[in-house]
Amino acid sequence: MSAAVEAPGAPGTPSDTIEKRHVTQVGWKAAGGLIVVGALFALLLVTVPREGDTRFALSRDADAIQIPVLEIPAMPLAWACLVIMALVAAFSVVRTQANRRTPIWVIVVFGVVFLVGFLAWAGAGSSGTLPIVSLLSGSLLAAVPLIYGSLSGVIGERSGVINIAIEGQMLAAAFTGAIAGSITGSPFAGVLAALLAGVLVALVLALFTVTHRVNQIIVGVVLNVLVLGLTSFFYSQVLVPNAATLNSAPRFSTWTIPLLNDIPVIGPVLFDQAPLIYLMYLVVAGVWFALYRTRWGLRLRAVGEHPKAADTVGVNVEGTRYRALLIGGACAGLGGAFYTTVAVGQFGLNMTAGAGFIALAAMIFGKWDPLRAAMAGLLFGFALNLQSILGVVGEVVPSQFMLMLPYVVTLFAVAGLVGRSRPPAANGQPYVKG
Amino acid sequence: MSQHSRQGGESGTEPRPETEPGLAEELEQEAAREQGAPAGLEHGEDTADRLAHALQQTMSHPWTVAAGAILLAVVVGSVMIAFTDERVTAAAGYFFARPADTFVALGDAIGGAYSALFRGAVFNPRADGLAAQIRPLTETLNYATPLITAGLGVALAFRAGLLNIGGQGQMLIAAAAAGWVAFGVTGLPFGVHTLLAVVAGIAGGAVWAGIAGVLKARTGAHEVIVTIMLNWIAFYLLAYFLATPGLLQAPGSSNPKTPATPESAQLPALLGERYNLHWGFVLALGAVVFVWWLLNRSSQGFAFRAVGANPRAARVAGIDVPWATVKVMLVAGGLVGVAGASQVLGQVTTGFGGDIDAGIGFDAITVALLGGSNPWGVLAAGILFGAFKAGGTAMQASEGVPNDIVLVVQSLIVLFIAAPPLVRAIFRLPDPERRRTPRRARTIKKEAAA
Repeated sequence: MSAAVEAPGAPGTPSDTIEKRHVTQVGWKAAGGLIVVGALFALLLVTVPREGDTRFALSRDADAIQIPVLEIPAMPLAWACLVIMALVAAFSVVRTQANRRTPIWVIVVFGVVFLVGFLAWAGAGSSGTLPIVSLLSGSLLAAVPLIYGSLSGVIGERSGVINIAIEGQMLAAAFTGAIAGSITGSPFAGVLAALLAGVLVALVLALFTVTHRVNQIIVGVVLNVLVLGLTSFFYSQVLVPNAATLNSAPRFSTWTIPLLNDIPVIGPVLFDQAPLIYLMYLVVAGVWFALYRTRWGLRLRAVGEHPKAADTVGVNVEGTRYRALLIGGACAGLGGAFYTTVAVGQFGLNMTAGAGFIALAAMIFGKWDPLRAAMAGLLFGFALNLQSILGVVGEVVPSQFMLMLPYVVTLFAVAGLVGRSRPPAANGQPYVKG
Repeated sequence: MSQHSRQGGESGTEPRPETEPGLAEELEQEAAREQGAPAGLEHGEDTADRLAHALQQTMSHPWTVAAGAILLAVVVGSVMIAFTDERVTAAAGYFFARPADTFVALGDAIGGAYSALFRGAVFNPRADGLAAQIRPLTETLNYATPLITAGLGVALAFRAGLLNIGGQGQMLIAAAAAGWVAFGVTGLPFGVHTLLAVVAGIAGGAVWAGIAGVLKARTGAHEVIVTIMLNWIAFYLLAYFLATPGLLQAPGSSNPKTPATPESAQLPALLGERYNLHWGFVLALGAVVFVWWLLNRSSQGFAFRAVGANPRAARVAGIDVPWATVKVMLVAGGLVGVAGASQVLGQVTTGFGGDIDAGIGFDAITVALLGGSNPWGVLAAGILFGAFKAGGTAMQASEGVPNDIVLVVQSLIVLFIAAPPLVRAIFRLPDPERRRTPRRARTIKKEAAA
């Protein structure tokens, strides 16, 4: 194909110019994005200036180390943040001019500073206090199912099977988690049952996509509808009449980790949580290690990138994909267990409410990498939680737009505006041996 | 399904020289032998052979598989109804003492549920007079209306190789646009107002799908992810419109709900005031003919299908693939937009909320799959699922079986249809791809004998 394109041959052919433009475009996206966000924030500060102070609470009443409530004049702080943002953007522009990428930590710094500035602006003049600890721990909790779900997607898609059924896996897991927890009276049994339910949905997905080679997206979409129908049916037929015995699951109590818990701000956020959250730290690290540092992970990634090559050297493609999907299903099952063993003690109709799709978004935003996907999950969890916090200081942005944010960000991410996001090469293609 | 059946069909009718070396020569030899030496076969054996062949073809036809899939799904639905029925569980408690009770209860539960489904969807013998008795049938067509148009939108995109999962978002935006014209524009005469509202709905759906098309064409972003994200964005956007006075919220109300659709913008009743069926159904039939014409009789439709079959070949043939992608998404979104408009202007005329799409955006995917992405198939599948919806509502009302079972049966149908080998294995149907195997075995045997 390339020979046919290059046949005209003369310098300055369309293909030449397209190549050059492509290179510069990739470079400018990050810097351009920072400038646009900075400009929008400046516009906000100029057009809607707000008076008064913003109160940040950095510790809870129960914490060992008390930090007094910070009362900072809002507009100066917001403008100071804007100046820092402008400096970061300028740094990014300089880097780009030298044809070098903007490092990820620079963008993270930019984002944190922007959030501080935005919170300062949003909380200005309010009598309420911005509870930073509960803002962050709430974000972490909101992110738990997203992170577990995105891991399910990462493992499956790294092996070449698109997993749209994360939502269904989590919903089925939440359902069985509630029942098993209620019957046994133990949240651990609930988690185990939820895990198995996630695996079961993944098994159906694998049966249809890997064995029968049905279009993976279709199976995923249909499985979501199937699980929604099944859980809704049995919820109203079985769980509602027997709510006391089948739908009142015990919840995990928080396990406080001594010493680490006493670290200001971070301690109560990270080390005063339910065991399922500690398990999440381990699972994220474990999946990362397994994917990049073990023979199993290398084979799995090879199957996702070039199944024929993997098959040629003796890797069992179908078996690898089955295992990957089942392990992913277990992860999504843990995410579903969060709903009925940590967040709420009972199942509700369609209680995952699209979290599976945000998890999918987090996976794409995280470029099919467990650590980045977890970071993206945290970011989306923060966005979901932010609107409830902003309710404390009075609503400044319509809540619908805050809820929309993860999806808009993902849209930009897949459109390549926030760095390039490339799926595994063989993603979505069934493998036919021979 | 579309891809699968296409795959199955092609590989069934054509010899595949790449996959099986020597098969082509063998087939040639076979053909030559059949032409040159018919004397070797007795007449009776030939007829029997043909009959068997015809039977085999019928049994391996996609329609047989579809029927099998529907049957399987209905059986699973029956099991679910049986297991959750209180009388059945009560009777099963003393199963060994009086087993007959359990079976009677089982029959009552399942029979009751499905007869209620039938009474709600097709014909209600309990009503007074024929006009009331056939009312369920008009309800079925009424439910089928948006399913058909939205299903066509999804099917058209399928044919161009695009998976339009964004039916929900396109419907919501279309409903918002149609509603905005219906409530916001006043003083237009009846007919013009309706037309304008429908056009607004089409435009809304087309724009929303067009965004996905442009992103796919310009940046290569996967349309599935883009449309799923656009679904949620549309959902929250509509929620914002509904909660904001002056946009779509009913004046003087704090509920996220619009005012009622004005009389002048409504789609009029098709069979008189006693039935809910409205002119949206005629619109849907028109859309079926339009899509059939577009796909099979227009050069544009040929371009769409070419892009769907092989984008690279289409590009070489001089088709602007990115532009075709945008165009097909615009048309598909417009079709889904008709569904959104008919919901607002015909179905829910008392004011709508954020759930105006009623899951049709996702049902449309199953309709398109069941209909094999062919406009007439979509019409049939839409009416079938419309019957499920109408009957499911009646079943919930009279038998207390939750409507959600319809979701289960629908998704199972699509799952089974998408995997013909599974259905064939369960019903022991022959595989069309293996049709030639016994014959070849026979010729080889004959060769060995000779």
